[in-house]
Amino acid sequence: MSGDGALAWLRREGRIVIVGASLAGLRAAETLRKEGFTGSLTLIGDEPHEPYDRPPLSKQVLLGHATADRTALPRRLALDAHWRLGVAATGLDMAAKRVRLADGDEVEYDRLLIATGVHARPWPHKSEAELDGVFVLRTRDDAARLQRRLAASPRRVLVIGAGFTGSEIASACRERGLPVTVAERGAAPLVGALGGVIGRAAADLQREHGVDLRCGIMVTALEGDAPGRLRRAHLSDGTTIDTDVAVVSLGATRNTEWLAGSGLGAGPRGIACDAGCRAFDVRGIVTDDVFVAGDVARSPHALFGYQFLSLEHWGNAVAQAETAAHNMISSSSERRPHLWVPAFWSAQFGVNIKSVGVPSLGEEVIVAQGSLSDRRFTCVYGYQGRVIAAVAFDQTKWLEFYQRQIESAAPFPPDYPSVDRRPEGLRPVPAEFPDPSLPTHGPSVTVSGYSPTDQRITFVPAHA
Amino acid sequence: MTQATLLRQIIDYSSRADPYPLYAELRKTPVLQEGDDLFVVSTYWEIKSLLHDPRISSDARNLSPSAAGTLLQEEEEASALPPAFLRLDPPEHDRLRRMTMRPFGPPETPRRVHNMRGELARIVSGLIDGFGDRNRIDVVDDFSYPFPVTVICRLLGVPREDEALFHSWADTIAAGLDPDPGQDPGERRRVTQQARTELGKYLSGLIDERSGAPGDDMLSALVTQHGEDGQMTRMELLSTASLLLIAGHETTVNLITNGMLTLLRNPDVLERLRGDPGLALPIVEELLRFEPPVQLLPQRTTLADIDINGVTIPKGASVWLVLASGNRDPQRFPDPDRFDPDRKDNQHLGFGSGIHNCFGAPLARLEAQLALTELARRLNSPRLVEDPPPYRQNAVLRGPRHLNITFDGFHA
Ligand SMILES: Cc1cc2nc3c(=O)[nH]c(=O)nc-3n(C[C@H](O)[C@H](O)[C@H](O)COP(=O)(O)OP(=O)(O)OC[C@H]3O[C@@H](n4cnc5c(N)ncnc54)[C@H](O)[C@@H]3O)c2cc1C
Ligand code: HEM
Repeated sequence: MSGDGALAWLRREGRIVIVGASLAGLRAAETLRKEGFTGSLTLIGDEPHEPYDRPPLSKQVLLGHATADRTALPRRLALDAHWRLGVAATGLDMAAKRVRLADGDEVEYDRLLIATGVHARPWPHKSEAELDGVFVLRTRDDAARLQRRLAASPRRVLVIGAGFTGSEIASACRERGLPVTVAERGAAPLVGALGGVIGRAAADLQREHGVDLRCGIMVTALEGDAPGRLRRAHLSDGTTIDTDVAVVSLGATRNTEWLAGSGLGAGPRGIACDAGCRAFDVRGIVTDDVFVAGDVARSPHALFGYQFLSLEHWGNAVAQAETAAHNMISSSSERRPHLWVPAFWSAQFGVNIKSVGVPSLGEEVIVAQGSLSDRRFTCVYGYQGRVIAAVAFDQTKWLEFYQRQIESAAPFPPDYPSVDRRPEGLRPVPAEFPDPSLPTHGPSVTVSGYSPTDQRITFVPAHA
Repeated sequence: MTQATLLRQIIDYSSRADPYPLYAELRKTPVLQEGDDLFVVSTYWEIKSLLHDPRISSDARNLSPSAAGTLLQEEEEASALPPAFLRLDPPEHDRLRRMTMRPFGPPETPRRVHNMRGELARIVSGLIDGFGDRNRIDVVDDFSYPFPVTVICRLLGVPREDEALFHSWADTIAAGLDPDPGQDPGERRRVTQQARTELGKYLSGLIDERSGAPGDDMLSALVTQHGEDGQMTRMELLSTASLLLIAGHETTVNLITNGMLTLLRNPDVLERLRGDPGLALPIVEELLRFEPPVQLLPQRTTLADIDINGVTIPKGASVWLVLASGNRDPQRFPDPDRFDPDRKDNQHLGFGSGIHNCFGAPLARLEAQLALTELARRLNSPRLVEDPPPYRQNAVLRGPRHLNITFDGFHA
């Protein structure tokens, strides 16, 4: 019974360290306490702020409806934790079970949770990225800076990349009455995440709201004036755009640099873990004391053939954090798999968008309810004859049903009548995802192969 | 006891005071077939899943002819008005609900309900002051019935001097939904129909007035709006206004009355509420789970064969979703028969779920919270005169017909 004894000791007086003090880190810490962990708990975060919520940053905060410092995450219970905020973890010694910090300190652990998330991919040309007026949006500080600049009524805002974040930024700018140009390399906004069919609806939506949308185009250079202020952007079609503000929305990169050389299976695609959130080491062997959750994780999903999914979804961070925390202080028979069906939402141009499943796996899509031209619809994606995902524009209440269709691998196309089925919903059409070998602006779900250690060879960074 | 009789027992008046043991019996067969065309669903997850199923319709025109004649369906009023959005499917449902929401809630009018708070509080105070020097009242007639009717009048913009008229039509229509076995059904139908016609005429006149001189009430907003969905037709306006009127008070009365009854049966909770008005919020949620005013939804049908829990519900069948039973499902709510305002994760079905979920929920919640807080705060030692109280006939919109209580005076 020594195993049980060790577990009881761990739960009573063990040391748990969480690196990354944001959504996943906080929810994991709360779950640990809720499940009876009474040992020492340390949260390490390189941002100086207490955990805050990111989705409002590209929505209410940019509109000026909420200030960036009012986005703190609600606390569900008192944590009694050591907070090490404003200091980054710089290294991991798995053998000695120690995390090194930027200030030279070392923190020992019995169990470690890594929840370091992602950072915004910067503009690739460093001197151009440093121009005054060039922004990214990932943190509270980014949002506060961008909000201040928008409030100063710039001549125009250029959004580079029309993924979810870029589209939401464009929406907020239009709502503020600012002229906006969106430059997107793909054929349409959101095309990497949702495919060409919905992408066209998203493009219409942007144009109806007065966005100067330019697709199939790349920003080749950002040009500044002598004092270093952004003045102009050059596009791959030879045109230029005069602008004082450019927001670079080219997706995100996993925060794993600090793990280089640690022996953990961590790379630019994230940290591979098993369904129970335990990290793999570089040999593909699962560790017993290092766990992963949130945007930084890549984990196999039973519903999608155990492919490793990297999800940048709020709901995934919460669910995975709760599972990881539970598993950290449970015996193997009590551990749970992370079986969360991918889901995320977005609000842009007055439309609530919600997705369940993995649309980018879809081969075909059918408008199951409503109509694309009304911008109110539910689309269902099929993969090898089964339902794999669904996306709704302003019809989010139906998605619970389609989630169950995904979970039960229901046949595609749906062969039953339903409310609000229109003539355009009688036949599936190709989903039109860009060739996966072409880099895109960070689709929000990436399916990156079957093996926990293949990230060395499959990683293709997305560039503008 | 055969299962067929179980359903009849539930509808039977004798079980009105406490149908919950029968629901527990019902849940042993989560999807129960009654006759050829009626399927009764009584467990939480099954109800929830059907409420979100796009193969389920709320439009009576999709019932098979034989299903259209089953139990309760004949209650459908022979009304000249087209069905309001409660009985429509998308896209018509969505369009009309959107247009009705525009002057009522977010995103266009996020503060409507909040801004009614002061007025609601005044109405509540006025009603309690009206108890005068009595130390015995009927909670239903003296309080929880007049309150929501007055509120809906103010919301729709019925002039104060016409409120009495409105109350009497509402009373008659409500009585029509509450068949009294002592009364001749033909006569009742005639009287109800007449009240409906008069109400329709009245609303029509009010609409004319408002289109010329709009106020800041909802009817004015509905008459004059020119949103992306255009305007409502006269018929749509009338059926929507009638829906709000009826949905708005046939339910809230029972929530408040059930609330007072439940608090008097749980004096510790009543005492806590007196000391902490903030408790009204979880109390009302728990009431919506524990004693939901809408016990079941008898108006769904299937557009396709649906397999659920090992049963195939055929296309065109009539489906009853027994919300009150789902709310007591032990698979979803631990210790479900306990009234526990501290319950966590109380995702009850009291307001339905999915696209038809209660339109007026924010208003109903606020009404009930204010009403119960004030009754608890102001009445000295309230006591039930009889328990159980006499109930209304109606098995769907279930609640006491009278709730007599005594008390030792009240505070200012
Ligand atoms: C603008 C914006 C809008 C969004 N909108 C939506 C939306 O509408 N819907 C949706 O589903 N999702 C949305 N998301 C995504 C969602 O916010 C993320 O999925 C979620 O924040 C992930 O949480 P996390 O804790 O895993 O990672 P993060 O929130 O990225 O947190 C990781 C934390 O770890 C810190 N860190 C990194 N490296 C180190 C280190 N070495 N040492 C110490 N600390 C470190 C980071 O600074 C950060 O504070 C949005 C994200 C952004 C940026
Ligand atoms: C305690 C009080 C109330 C309860 C328990 C209640 C309950 C419900 C339920 C269960 C439904 C779903 C019906 C279905 O799915 O078929 C519903 C719908 C509805 N309710 Fe309420 N209700 C209450 C108060 C109100 C009020 C105050 C209003 C009006 C201001 C209102 C207006 C409506 C409308 C318009 C619908 C139809 C919604 C649709 O079909 O989209 N209700 N209500």
